[in-house]
Amino acid sequence: MGMTMTEKVLAARAGMASVKPGDFLEVEPDLALANDITAPLAIAEFRRAGGRRVRYPERVYLVADHFTPNKDIESAEQAKILRDFSREHSGIHFYEQGEVGVEHALLPEIGAIVPGMLVIGADSHTCTYGALGAFSTGMGSTDIAGFLLTGKAWLRVPATFRVVFTGTRRPWITGKDLILALIGRISVSGANYMALEISGPVVEGLSVEGRLTMANMAIEAGAKNGIFPPDGKVTSYLAGRTDRRGEYVVPDADASYAKTVEIDVTGLQPQVAFPHLPENTRPAREAGDMRIDQVVIGSCTNGRIEDLRLAAEVLRGRRVAKGVRCIVIPATPKVYRQALHEGLFDVFLDAGAVISAPTCGPCLGGHMGILAGGERCVSTTNRNFVGRMGARTSEVYLASPAVAAASAVTGRITDPAQVVGEKEEGGVV
Amino acid sequence: MRFQGRIYVFGADVNTDEIIPARYLTTSDPAALARHCMEDARPGFVSGLVPGSIMVAGANFGCGSSREHAPIAIKAAGISCVVADSFARIFFRNAINTGLPIVESPGIAAAVTEGETMEVDLDEGVLVLSSGRRVKIPPFPPFMRGIIEEGGWMAYLVRRHGAPA
Repeated sequence: MGMTMTEKVLAARAGMASVKPGDFLEVEPDLALANDITAPLAIAEFRRAGGRRVRYPERVYLVADHFTPNKDIESAEQAKILRDFSREHSGIHFYEQGEVGVEHALLPEIGAIVPGMLVIGADSHTCTYGALGAFSTGMGSTDIAGFLLTGKAWLRVPATFRVVFTGTRRPWITGKDLILALIGRISVSGANYMALEISGPVVEGLSVEGRLTMANMAIEAGAKNGIFPPDGKVTSYLAGRTDRRGEYVVPDADASYAKTVEIDVTGLQPQVAFPHLPENTRPAREAGDMRIDQVVIGSCTNGRIEDLRLAAEVLRGRRVAKGVRCIVIPATPKVYRQALHEGLFDVFLDAGAVISAPTCGPCLGGHMGILAGGERCVSTTNRNFVGRMGARTSEVYLASPAVAAASAVTGRITDPAQVVGEKEEGGVV
Repeated sequence: MRFQGRIYVFGADVNTDEIIPARYLTTSDPAALARHCMEDARPGFVSGLVPGSIMVAGANFGCGSSREHAPIAIKAAGISCVVADSFARIFFRNAINTGLPIVESPGIAAAVTEGETMEVDLDEGVLVLSSGRRVKIPPFPPFMRGIIEEGGWMAYLVRRHGAPA
């Protein structure tokens, strides 16, 4: 019997002819990452087990992105643990300050990920790299400690949930709207323990950046990984970024799926996920008179250059509403520089937004835009849980950069078409 | 392993931000994390918590971030075992890896009431509720049981692949 994309990648990387859902595998991942929150625990576990030598240092990526630039003494101490460990174990890739970006925006950008890889990360949004046709999944710090020590990790082969996006994308509909619509349909546990294999003409029409946004939020449906069949767009995206050779795996025609859902996006409106779960989606137009205090445009979900271009398209020549704080966070130094060169910073500054250094920052309530009690924020990030961005009584509304920028202009949750008008053609980001 | 204690009941989709808010993740010290356990789900949860108590929750417990600080905080707060309708997968593996006893028992949250007691007998594979009702626990697959029996993933790896060079 045929295999799904996830099964094929896992079988290949485990050196087996085939695998099936439920099989337990001990594998040697091609790449493992951890950040300034999760790596200190992994390093402590590695040492506690008596570890002195890292098995595959060149496969290890430590990214100090969450609470950096260091927000306080404790976070400075955590970043220092990563820095010192990287110095001790030559070969480890360590990123901070002028080289660091939000990990899941940074790794694809620098060409660390290619199709067919098996990637583990001590961060739940490690699933992002499935957009490039890799099997990539979030784990815990102890998993990374085990990898540091032995180069190994354990996996249970997930069943696959197939999602096919069909129809015609309306103007202003982005990858973010598609993934929010999916989570709204299947719930935050709809793909629990499963692989989300996403395909169809609509996602073929998306840019690689749009697919990265979608794969990023596979975890928000409970999925182990999100994965897209890699195509020519992936090849073009990788050109000039890497010497790694990818394995372009596609699902077998007779693969067996636990579930299949088809989503016809014709008529889909820009989406917003209301507090306090990403599944609470509704069209931005139907949000009602929802006044807001803050807008955040950035993160591993939506901090790439296409996201900033889209936000700038809405903000150009307009002002952020009085009383609203708009924070733009380019996800990597390269995105930052590109946005600067394209004049996007002028657009943001003219509009009254502030621009931050790359950081995860406010997404998880770290720093650079924490909410006071009762405040509301429209954010391009990925989670709107209770207290996620600050006070327990604050609220986060998840949306695309276009909806976020439009909301910044009006001071209430707004469909971009109501600020800029309808676009002539579909198909941004 | 056998646990008996007062139960604390939570709803569905309890996420790791509620279990241990990210604002406290500037440390991985178990005692420091324990002080803020469940703070955003139920403020004040840890004050008065009797050590050995059992946490019961609905479906998808531990969804969200991969932070291992969540099972660490629960364990350090004095919770002996978490019984839920189902677990989010990263929390599930973090608990297995770090040795926090967890039990998946569909429908359990609706079958019990806050303040009751529960007995969890992992050897017999059964939950005994206040009413005396016995609920069978499905066994872990052999691979996971191997990790649990070794005392976690690191111990399992060292046993299988030898002590580090």
